[in-house]
Amino acid sequence: MTGVQEAGTELIGATASRAEICVVACAEAWRGDGEITASPIGLIPTAGARLARAAFEPDLLLSDGEARFVAGTWALDQPAPGPAEGWIPYRSVFDLAWHGSRHVMMSPVQIDRYGNANISAIGDYARPTRQLLGVRGAPGNTMNHPTSYWVRRHLPRVFVPRVDMVSGVGYDRAAAAGTSACTFIDLRRVVTNLAVLDFGGPDHSMRLVSVHPGVSVDEVVAATGFELAIDGEIPQTRQPTTAELALIREVIDPSGLRERELRG
Amino acid sequence: MSEDDVVARLRSGMTIGIGGWGSRRKPMSLVRAILRSDLRDLTVVSYGGPDVGLLCAAGKIRRLVFGFVSLDSIPLEPHFQAARQHGAIQVTEYDEGMLQWALYAAACRLPFLPTRAGLGSDVLAVNPELRTVRSPYDDTELVAVPALPLDAALVHLNRADAAGNAQFLGDDLYFDDLFCTAAEQAYVSCERIVPTADLEAGGLTRLRVHRWMVAGVIEAPNGAHFTSCAPDYARDETFQKLYAAAARDPEQWARFAATYLSGDEAAYQAAVGAAGAAATA
Repeated sequence: MTGVQEAGTELIGATASRAEICVVACAEAWRGDGEITASPIGLIPTAGARLARAAFEPDLLLSDGEARFVAGTWALDQPAPGPAEGWIPYRSVFDLAWHGSRHVMMSPVQIDRYGNANISAIGDYARPTRQLLGVRGAPGNTMNHPTSYWVRRHLPRVFVPRVDMVSGVGYDRAAAAGTSACTFIDLRRVVTNLAVLDFGGPDHSMRLVSVHPGVSVDEVVAATGFELAIDGEIPQTRQPTTAELALIREVIDPSGLRERELRG
Repeated sequence: MSEDDVVARLRSGMTIGIGGWGSRRKPMSLVRAILRSDLRDLTVVSYGGPDVGLLCAAGKIRRLVFGFVSLDSIPLEPHFQAARQHGAIQVTEYDEGMLQWALYAAACRLPFLPTRAGLGSDVLAVNPELRTVRSPYDDTELVAVPALPLDAALVHLNRADAAGNAQFLGDDLYFDDLFCTAAEQAYVSCERIVPTADLEAGGLTRLRVHRWMVAGVIEAPNGAHFTSCAPDYARDETFQKLYAAAARDPEQWARFAATYLSGDEAAYQAAVGAAGAAATA
């Protein structure tokens, strides 16, 4: 189908699970990033970042989730075997974010058409119906360096016309805040259990990039609470290569946590 | 000095910073001493964990200044959630980096520090007192994070000498030095008070809290429990689960409080020890 390929890069047909498709789609977020820090938050993005470095983006820096940059590729449910490449206490993580050499993937509870994302609170801010974590580093991340999002369950209550508390800044809010807010904003992609989206629609609105195998465009549209930009035929999200699938199954997630994460 | 000596120096209505991060190296024995006190209407500043949850549950907090509240291995803090969802506390919610800047500005005696963090976000909407500032050099507009001076700071480190020189032995200082330097008076609890001569052996570059920053030292073995205090001990995940489950149910919470929070610190540690022994028996 795709002509001559290097060993281990041939496509493997439809044997990959949805979770594995999602891990690869998350990994693709970091393709081309070079020597920057990949900061995945959540299980599928973490698997994706480790896969990206092992498979096609070898210069990425990854932390052990505490205060170390570590080399190598290791399992989700195991401590990093090292070796340590550097010390990054939280203070250094902020420095890194503000320097811009970082690409984070966060998991919003609400996200809108222009990429405004909420991880803080649902409902009236003075007395939320559901208090979440707080804005964490989302305002600073989105103002300073590339940001992508992972959504475990693509639903209308997540993809909303308007988020309740703008934590991560979207393109329309950045534009309204002025040129200083637009200098470094760079929302890359949104990976969900159904599809891959980006902000290539009119005025940086959300656009459908691909649907995962077995998912229809209509399903994605029905699960999205605002109008998506859809340009022509929407391709399928790509399959893992055999080498990628081996990395996911044997090295990064031999316990199969990815399957539970997507079902749960 | 003791935890209760520290609390005797605090007053209702004070702004109190609490070091650590999430459910990591929190000065929990000092927090427990506040729970036992009649202090109230506190403004608490924290990268929040169970310190915030417990103080919310005890009705000690009037205003919380925070970027997040989390138990780390359990993402959401039930007491904090309940307090917010009942409208029981006022909040000043900042980006995590803005909170660092607010403390650093106070520590440097600056009125504010500029940052891009916050631009375009609802952090500016829910904190209408925040202002932006234009760079005199290139007209860049930035958020002017106001200095956040603390009346008192409470931090827990691994080792200290009696004069207040203190050392972290884990992987991260977090922002404990900033909390101390932003504060009028800072109190350091530690796992062990050691002779000054023993500190350098733990690593000179880890000796980051200095006696000029510190008003008092408290020896508090297991004082960060149930948060982590690496490498002395890991987070007590079993106990944290017990805490979080109890915090979600008023009846269970009453039992938890009667068992663990009705006595002094020695009684707390004894009850924790008894629970641990029962679990491993």
